[in-house]
Amino acid sequence: MKRTGAQILMEILKEEGVDTVFGFPGGAVIDIYDELVKTDIRHILVRHEQGAVHAADGYARSSGKVGVCLVTSGPGATNTVTGIATAYMDSIPLVVLTGQVPTQLIGNDAFQEVDIVGITRPCTKHNYLITQTEDLARTVKEAFHIARSGRPGPVLVDIPKDVSVMEVDYEPIPRIRMKSYRPTYKPNLKQLQKVVDLIREARRPVIFAGGGVITAKGAEPLTALARKISAPVTTTLMGLGAFPGTDPLWLGMIGMHGTYRANMSVNGCDLLIAVGVRFDDRVTGKIDTFAREAKIVHIDIDPTSIRKNIPVTIPVVGDCRVTLQELLKLLEKDGLEVPSDSIRPWLDQVEHWKNTKPLAYRQEDVIKPQYVVEKLYELTGGEAIITTEVGQNQMWTAQYYHFDRPGRFVTSGGLGTMGFGLPAAIGAQMAFPDTVVVDVAGDGSIQMNIQEMATAVECCLPVKVAILNNRYLGMVRQWQELFYDRCYACTGMEHAPDFVKLAEAYGAVGLRATRPDEVEAVLREGLSTPRPVIMDFQVEREECVYPMVPAGASIAEMLLV
Amino acid sequence: MNSEKHILTMLVDNEPGVLSRVVGLFSGRGYNIESLCVAETTDPEVSRITMVTKGNAPLIEQIEKQLRKLVNVIKVRDLSGDKSVKREMALVCVRAKPENRAEILRIVDIFRCKVVDVGPEYYIVEVTGDEGKLSALLKLLKPMGIKKIARTGTIALFRESA
Repeated sequence: MKRTGAQILMEILKEEGVDTVFGFPGGAVIDIYDELVKTDIRHILVRHEQGAVHAADGYARSSGKVGVCLVTSGPGATNTVTGIATAYMDSIPLVVLTGQVPTQLIGNDAFQEVDIVGITRPCTKHNYLITQTEDLARTVKEAFHIARSGRPGPVLVDIPKDVSVMEVDYEPIPRIRMKSYRPTYKPNLKQLQKVVDLIREARRPVIFAGGGVITAKGAEPLTALARKISAPVTTTLMGLGAFPGTDPLWLGMIGMHGTYRANMSVNGCDLLIAVGVRFDDRVTGKIDTFAREAKIVHIDIDPTSIRKNIPVTIPVVGDCRVTLQELLKLLEKDGLEVPSDSIRPWLDQVEHWKNTKPLAYRQEDVIKPQYVVEKLYELTGGEAIITTEVGQNQMWTAQYYHFDRPGRFVTSGGLGTMGFGLPAAIGAQMAFPDTVVVDVAGDGSIQMNIQEMATAVECCLPVKVAILNNRYLGMVRQWQELFYDRCYACTGMEHAPDFVKLAEAYGAVGLRATRPDEVEAVLREGLSTPRPVIMDFQVEREECVYPMVPAGASIAEMLLV
Repeated sequence: MNSEKHILTMLVDNEPGVLSRVVGLFSGRGYNIESLCVAETTDPEVSRITMVTKGNAPLIEQIEKQLRKLVNVIKVRDLSGDKSVKREMALVCVRAKPENRAEILRIVDIFRCKVVDVGPEYYIVEVTGDEGKLSALLKLLKPMGIKKIARTGTIALFRESA
């Protein structure tokens, strides 16, 4: 049957279960758009291509499905790069479809031509330039397969205009098999048996989980493991929600702004079971002092994550969920009962750390940003999907909002992309129309993709933005306060727009709180408004995020309140 | 830990952009490339890349794993050590003054090389061998004056006898 490239693309999108595409049209993709509107796939028209990628990313993180975006060639394509790099660092499955100039013009510096495959090679899991319509179906199928399997990631497919216009005979493609791409899901059981032995001998165990557990849908076996062996659990920023944030074994987040007890526990443990993590420098602090007394088990689907930053005792390559399930089976077979007396002193010690140095701030006459997040947690009952921007707003959210389930916390961890939160909230709201979605923002980062308010209003997506407005680029200012003699070089932002009026200009609702006693009322009103809302919380200007591990220090050396 | 030379050989999809992925991985992650050789195998869909790199054991392990992670890389092996045959070829353009010609031809003979081009003032010598042989030859030819040199970089295969 004769089909154009654009028609074949629509067939594949439907086959892959795509219900939403985030994008922005242009000359090179006009034929694809012409077909897209004839399908029942919903298209979200963003105001900037970066917003399209972050929205697809927020959709993917909250739903676990592959996020899809569609943009034109040249500037349309280059505008996606930050979004692609964001998804790549956090292993988020995306398929980014870019238009390209017609094949016969490639290499001629044609209008809106850019070598996007070359540009994105280092920040995609894989990418393709399709040179003939015959290859389109297989290539796009492969792109989806690669994006969602193994350690997920963004895959870019560059489609020249003539490839989408040309008609060819089309036969649906059966299953994709690739000779050089076969991720390892099943762990080596001999390695896992060694883990059982280490668990039996351990007196001070800690489980350390990351985003890999969420990706692999491994929160359930992780929780079961923790309870079975009575090991306290910490996670990375990306791992928040992989273990219930209200569980007695929960230590809080680890790392530069981790809790005192999480950092002290990892510092003092004799067995660290690391699952789906990559030992990022924001987590480990000074690498040679990290978990110095511990034997380290490292479970991850990506072999390059293992022994990249830290030597480990037992490496296990495998999918986090499958591996944890196998480990639980082995523990069951082994009949291992955790001798509670042997581990009790450790749990007492952890409890002591928890009680001596809990997360704290002092609420005075001015609104404290932490108070806003605490109130937000309280009023949403921990049931909202929370996205964040990057910086202090992100860290306070990680500290004061407690996530009991995966997929509820959407944040740019690895790349730390300011401007991520609002478009990501739009994507999450698309995936979960009936859930409250809140972007906890700073006044600096919200301005990086504020244009997406128009998208939210136009598409009737009732996202809420809570700006912790301190008129500073707060995290950099914090570093300047602590390590640069309070020289606030270029971090003051005195001339922000009036966010209430700005919200109204976009056709959204604007609310403001200037005193602590207004916070709850504003949140209540904002959360119950069935439209997009910006809430401007004018907070203490020079509040810092604590605890803080100075760059290059051991994670046990924290600055506390 | 000691930084050692390693010869990594890999089979890759013979597609545009694959070399760029491999080389980009090295430059992006700050790995070192001492030499690089690429050509098609008997299967036109598969190419073999041989590279010489330098690093301590954990780094080489990481490089191998990163290479395997590339979707277009089918297989990677470390061919360092004596279980493989290694060869490199060079074309050396050496100044051949009348008084040196006999000496050059003697050296060429000893090293089992070939003179492949003769000009009024220069010979081009073709030499094949392992790295040690090439550097020994170059050391002897250097005093005569080497005008130009082109080297292929190392290629290697596992010995079937090993």
